[in-house]
Amino acid sequence: MNEAVICRSVVKNFGTGENEVKVLRGVDFDVHYGEMTFLVGPSGCGKTTLLSVIAGLLNATAGDLRVLGTDLAHLRNGKAVEFRRKNLGFVFQQFNLLPALTAAENAAIPLLAAGWNRRKAVDKAVTILEDLGLGHRVAAKPNQLSGGQQQRVAFARALIHEPRLVVCDEPTSALDADTGHHVMDLLRRIAVRPDRAVLVVTHDSRIFPFADRIAHMNDGLITNIEKNNEGELEHVA
Amino acid sequence: MTFVAWQMLTGDRAKYLGLIFAIAFSTFLMSHQVSIFCGLMNRTSSQIDDVQDASLWIMDPKTQYLDETKALTDQDLYRIRGVQGIEWAVPLFKGTSRAKGPDGKFRGVILMGLDDSTLVGAPRKVVKGDWRALAEPETIAVDQTGYEFFFPGEPYTLGRTLDLNDRTVKIVAIIDSSAPFVNLPVFYTRYSQALQFVGRERNLMSFVLAKAAPGVSDAEACRRIADATGLKAVTANAFAWETIWYYIQNTGIPINFGITIAIALVVGTVVAGQTFYLFTVENLKQFGALKAIGVTNLVIVAMILMQAMIVGAVGYGLGISMTAAFFEVTQNNLDLRGFRLLPEVMLGTAAAVFLIVILASFVSVRRVVVLEPAVVFRG
Repeated sequence: MNEAVICRSVVKNFGTGENEVKVLRGVDFDVHYGEMTFLVGPSGCGKTTLLSVIAGLLNATAGDLRVLGTDLAHLRNGKAVEFRRKNLGFVFQQFNLLPALTAAENAAIPLLAAGWNRRKAVDKAVTILEDLGLGHRVAAKPNQLSGGQQQRVAFARALIHEPRLVVCDEPTSALDADTGHHVMDLLRRIAVRPDRAVLVVTHDSRIFPFADRIAHMNDGLITNIEKNNEGELEHVA
Repeated sequence: MTFVAWQMLTGDRAKYLGLIFAIAFSTFLMSHQVSIFCGLMNRTSSQIDDVQDASLWIMDPKTQYLDETKALTDQDLYRIRGVQGIEWAVPLFKGTSRAKGPDGKFRGVILMGLDDSTLVGAPRKVVKGDWRALAEPETIAVDQTGYEFFFPGEPYTLGRTLDLNDRTVKIVAIIDSSAPFVNLPVFYTRYSQALQFVGRERNLMSFVLAKAAPGVSDAEACRRIADATGLKAVTANAFAWETIWYYIQNTGIPINFGITIAIALVVGTVVAGQTFYLFTVENLKQFGALKAIGVTNLVIVAMILMQAMIVGAVGYGLGISMTAAFFEVTQNNLDLRGFRLLPEVMLGTAAAVFLIVILASFVSVRRVVVLEPAVVFRG
């Protein structure tokens, strides 16, 4: 199976009765291994909600959702947390690094959460940060790092436990154009592997060339999917 | 994640120190005020505790506490001595008089009259001199407070004189007696001398001190005395507690101290709780990120409780050290005799601080537990 994520008629509503808001209105969408898939669309179209549902942070109201071969709807809360910890890597818009921890300690958090010894976890984090070109800043706190450097620490945190699905929420929105371009290039080089899928939510069209596949979303539905064929976008669905 | 919790806690120095000082201040206030209260209550019965030779105190049946007595008659003493199971019984005078120093400075004093032949009732700790010198006429033993009031800054010297109710008396011993409730100087003399110093009343015997004969329990001896004489006979310990309870029930002292302690508890809880809550709220995104990454609620609750326990332990340590330091610094101050930090107070304060940190962290824990991890995706 080549699909890391399979969404079929996924619905997500918030609120009840008169206050009910239908955010996802039957989404059909796949994310493939070995690809970087972009989920794009205007603000409020449901991108982040779909990302949260795929990441197991929100439960779908209806529809079928399989992530890495697992039906998330049937996972109890504890199992869902464990599933996320083992299989998912997260990159957040605002980085969400812990200000009291160094770059290496921040990157080591998924391993610490999995019960790793602190020293071993930090050693591994240092190795990854070196791969990301931050070997000289491993002891720096987030407030001592530039935006691009913080995002690279966030990448290290997302990848350190070798997840099979990496989800990124607006990874370049807090960065200038050059830095955004640079970190996306880096993300593509280190994150995309045959056994891993990367899902990026963005509205930053400048980074679209980094996508293997782009799913356009509008008003709670996937409206169009394009595949990047060596710089040429071709409509596939 | 212990390390992460510790770093999160100490990373914001200002808030960390704010939490520590809130707990420390609360600890200091509670332990200090409870210690003073206990010391004060202990003072009310300290003169009972100072009498170590006699285990039984006999008094008028209506006596409620140490400082207010109706005098017994000599006949009462003889009747007590006649009770089977009583090894001995001696009179004790406790009253007040006015003493005047060589420079004319005067002050009310507590005058204790000890049995002429046995001096039963005298405190054990003599700083200078000898109790036996009280056998001489017109002599007294004074406590350190008395000596330092009438001869401030001067070395302890025996043979100096004071006027006691217009009679010149010679100091033959300086003793270390427990501080009485009213913190007046305490003078000791023989029973017969005391009667002369205070002037004549029909009866002046405040108490009879007695000891049960070997093989007779104190409780049994008390019962026999009460049956035979109609007087009230209690053990020293029971009389001390009666006196303490009299002050607790009939003065505003416990209410005043209770209010201060309650304020310390409330202020400690509110300040620590609010600071801790703000600390948590400011880290809510980080907690959300941890939850998204796969840290369980249980681990996050453990992290918050660990932070609260660290703050509680450090704050308590600091606060209790401040209290200990206060009593260490003031231990030689005669006006503050009898005030000290009791182990029971340390334990009680620790329990109160534990309560504070649990209450303070409760709201934070709740906020984080109900936090939806998807919050991290909302810009």
